[in-house]
Amino acid sequence: MSTGIYILALAVLLAGLYAMVAKKNIVKIIVGLLAIDYALNLMLVLVGYREVVRAGCRESGLPPILAEGQTPAQLAAMAVDPLPQAMVLTSIVIGLGLTALMVAMGIRLYERYGTFDTNRIRRLRG
Amino acid sequence: MSEGMTPIVKNTARLISGFIAVFGIYIALTGHISPGGGFAGGVILAAAAVLIVLAFGRSTAERIFTPSQCHLWDAAGAGLFLVVAMLGYFSGGFFVNFIAHISKGQVGKLFSGGTILVSNLCILIKVAAGLAGAFLALSAFRRQGVDAADIVVEGGQKA
Amino acid sequence: MMPFVPLLVILPLGAAFCAVAMAQVNWLRRLTAPLAMAVVLANLVISAMLLGAGDIRFFVGGWGPESARGIEIVCDGLSKLMAVTINLVALVAFVFAVPYMRRFTKVWLFDSLLLLMVGAMNGVVLAGDLFNLFVFLEIAAIASYALVAFGCEAEELEAAFKYMVLGTVGSAFILLGVTVIYAITGQLNMAMVHSLLGKVGPGGPAVLLAAALLLSGLALKAAMVPFHAWLPDAHPSAPAPISAMLSGVLIKASGVYAMARIVFNVFGASDHLAAILMAMGTLSMLIGVLLAVGQWDIKRLLAYHSISQMGYVVLAIGAAAQVASRPSPDMALAGLCLFGGLFHLFNHAMFKSLLFLSSGAIEQQTGTRELKKMGGLARRMKVTSFCCRVGALSIAGVPPFNGFFSKLIIIIALVLAGHEVLAALAVFVALVTLISFIKVQRYALEGAAADAHAANAVEAPVLMQTAMVVLAVICIVSGLAIVPLREHVLGPAADALLGAGRLLSTGGAP
Repeated sequence: MSTGIYILALAVLLAGLYAMVAKKNIVKIIVGLLAIDYALNLMLVLVGYREVVRAGCRESGLPPILAEGQTPAQLAAMAVDPLPQAMVLTSIVIGLGLTALMVAMGIRLYERYGTFDTNRIRRLRG
Repeated sequence: MSEGMTPIVKNTARLISGFIAVFGIYIALTGHISPGGGFAGGVILAAAAVLIVLAFGRSTAERIFTPSQCHLWDAAGAGLFLVVAMLGYFSGGFFVNFIAHISKGQVGKLFSGGTILVSNLCILIKVAAGLAGAFLALSAFRRQGVDAADIVVEGGQKA
Repeated sequence: MMPFVPLLVILPLGAAFCAVAMAQVNWLRRLTAPLAMAVVLANLVISAMLLGAGDIRFFVGGWGPESARGIEIVCDGLSKLMAVTINLVALVAFVFAVPYMRRFTKVWLFDSLLLLMVGAMNGVVLAGDLFNLFVFLEIAAIASYALVAFGCEAEELEAAFKYMVLGTVGSAFILLGVTVIYAITGQLNMAMVHSLLGKVGPGGPAVLLAAALLLSGLALKAAMVPFHAWLPDAHPSAPAPISAMLSGVLIKASGVYAMARIVFNVFGASDHLAAILMAMGTLSMLIGVLLAVGQWDIKRLLAYHSISQMGYVVLAIGAAAQVASRPSPDMALAGLCLFGGLFHLFNHAMFKSLLFLSSGAIEQQTGTRELKKMGGLARRMKVTSFCCRVGALSIAGVPPFNGFFSKLIIIIALVLAGHEVLAALAVFVALVTLISFIKVQRYALEGAAADAHAANAVEAPVLMQTAMVVLAVICIVSGLAIVPLREHVLGPAADALLGAGRLLSTGGAP
């Protein structure tokens, strides 16, 4: 895979990181978290990409689903790496849990402080 | 003004949400044959529940599924998953695929792969109940109840 | 013993879901706390039994090493030390929480979340491959975010949100580091990554990137300076048993333990990584204690001291890595450094939990956390103030309590390793710690009560006293029982870390 897609994923990661660190609105911080999650999952899936040689020419690998009559060894030679896909599935679920918790906390912060602005949510100091 | 959205949205939700739920269950059932699996199916099933909450309003949706029921199904799905994992002890060790030791089944058929099917169903129940319960809890914060003008921020200013 | 090892993780997780289900039935709701205590007690018994069972490694689900893709569970000396620490502090926290949490509603939710956190921390110390480590790290972190915000007051939510944002950034870095390692080696299993990285060469830019990302993420979890900003807000705002769990085990299991595993068992000890660890440790030691001296809120003071003591441990681990990476390494000296660091880790879990629990008891009885408003508690709350004194003397490093021995071993090991300046700094930090806790004693326990509420404080409930006394007894005994502790618990833990290092240094590395 060309390095272009990796650089794009890194750009999304950096944008999410910037939003999470520099923005003052809680909703924007949550969106930054989402962007970081998407970028990380994308990079993790891209690591598993493999190009295979089929019928003499280089082609992209197949999805790792076992068809009827295929042996596992044949599939392993033809398919992309399935392990990053399992990792990404877990990572997406973790991201979902984090997002749900962050949104709930953001809502409760709005209830208590009356604002989404982190400059005004500053009772703890020192 | 009644709760929920316009009658067009309500009727569409009434028609569609059953199909969405069936589709979610299908995706979870064939997780070991085609892409998808327990988590994706659970999210789609929860989307049907979320559609009902959005279209009909929270109080009507609570007559269909309450937060307590969501907690129960959530715990049941997770507990069943752990029970399946513990049953592997009879066949060698923790989390061993004991059904596959008996018979692996044929590639591409529904009853193949051993405990993967059962695990997918448990995850379906857990994720659907969890997400539906979470959305029901989040939808309890209504704009009318939490009015920013009534909250006093430090320094005596109104928000 | 092998079938019992996954039980350390399954029992708390299963009990957490059971607690959620039980809470929907009215008469079962009160039984969630006894269920939780029973489960954690079972965990403690299992981890105590595992202490004598030797190294246990196996693949989950019957996938053997030939498939190269299985999830490995590793229970070596370091895992056993951490498991005993985690389950012990968790049991004491649950016992303390029974009377303390009466002011909150939804205690079943607290029990369920704390059980999730305990199960996940046990999973962290048993993980044999990087992604499993990350997943359990995340479960423990999410449970702790929810627990810090448990009271849903304004300040707790703010602290929890800040903790959550920083914790998520740290976890993102860890995942990115695991991705880079997978991209380089194609493996996630720690032992296989170690052997593959040995072939790739320790200095390549990709390996350095992976190490930097992983260390930054884990340093944030361990609250090392400059990643410490979340700890002084999060730990005081949590309810007292949660502060004890967070400061006592979470920053250790998810931060320092994971860093030690990564530096020794995945990357192999090299002097770059050792220098980074030692620099972070020294900075944390100094900055933590200097910021702690000026605090007047007792829990915030304890939180800053956590940063400082974790600096001690990381400094000792870094010194051990540096000694192990020399051309002709003195393994006995590296073992001594690790012994000091790991002993201090165990001791800190004991006395910091004790201090947080006693500060929670003081806060509940006097209604305040400000030192200037307390006073004279030694007369009115005898057991609590005795335990608070034991904890303060332990953390300040007064003999014969356990803190003295572990700090002494760290200082001696630093001098023997040739870092006299760092040893002098460690002594200085110990003195400032002593000053800080003399201040706590003077304002909280001695003197006259400054507040009407503090003047009427009575002793804490019996269960809270029991929890504190258990920890105080352990503080006293573990200082005196240092030799059997070294033989059975800490020696195997140090060997587990250095075993891989020994291979690397004698195997003809460049």
